[in-house]
Amino acid sequence: MAQPTLLHFLVLSAVLFALGIFGLLTRRNAIGILMSIELMFNAAAMNFVAFTRFIAPEGLAGQIFTIFIITIAAAEAAVGLAIVMLLYRSFKGIEVDKVNFMRW
Amino acid sequence: MNLLIFYFMAVLAVVSGLMVVTLRNIFHSALFLVLMFFSVAGIYVLLGAEFVAGVQVLIYVGAITILMIFAIMLTYQLSSKNIRQVNEQVVPAAVIAFLFFVLSLVALVKTAWPVTEAHLPENNTFELGRQLLSTYVIPFEVVSLVLLAALIGAVIISRQDRPERS
Repeated sequence: MAQPTLLHFLVLSAVLFALGIFGLLTRRNAIGILMSIELMFNAAAMNFVAFTRFIAPEGLAGQIFTIFIITIAAAEAAVGLAIVMLLYRSFKGIEVDKVNFMRW
Repeated sequence: MNLLIFYFMAVLAVVSGLMVVTLRNIFHSALFLVLMFFSVAGIYVLLGAEFVAGVQVLIYVGAITILMIFAIMLTYQLSSKNIRQVNEQVVPAAVIAFLFFVLSLVALVKTAWPVTEAHLPENNTFELGRQLLSTYVIPFEVVSLVLLAALIGAVIISRQDRPERS
């Protein structure tokens, strides 16, 4: 029975990461940028889990780091969306190319 | 069989990821993000990381996406369909992303991965919890502190009535 190899998972995560880069560079909406960042977080976390499964299964270090990544992503989303709300209140819009000065 | 499941999940993840970064309506992007998180959770199950898959569904699908949808709803009038969602850098961004992919593909194929035949511990989740509270107990505490600080920070940043600075 054919099993997926390590390379399958790594290529998939490279594709997802490249999609995240594309979204990060093209989105004007700040929430869209945050979503692209989540995409890239997921790609990196998938690498960790794949390495745990195929290269270092004893200590489960990769899975533990994936849990840390998920925690940090939650913190990042909370702070990021708070900043988005603040932008919306101050600039009446969340298009990042309109937000081009830091204080007034 | 497993390969078939992998390809199904992979195609689902890539297609919904593509939708997330290209759709004009940001709300639809958020819904496709849910699908992407679910298919990544499926990949985790395939990799024998059931607990991580459960955490992925709980935190990403249950918390982060809901938070994003909240933010989209609260800012909706100005992020609706008739506003341009992408900037002028689509072509260079596509080139950069594609070059990144090709570069990492070459690196991934050329590297000799030291794949072992060893298997994951029998009681995966049990072992994970034991490691988290023994070997990794200090990072565990630090990351909970980070989470607390981030949540307090989020509340303070988005507070409605800001006290005037003297």
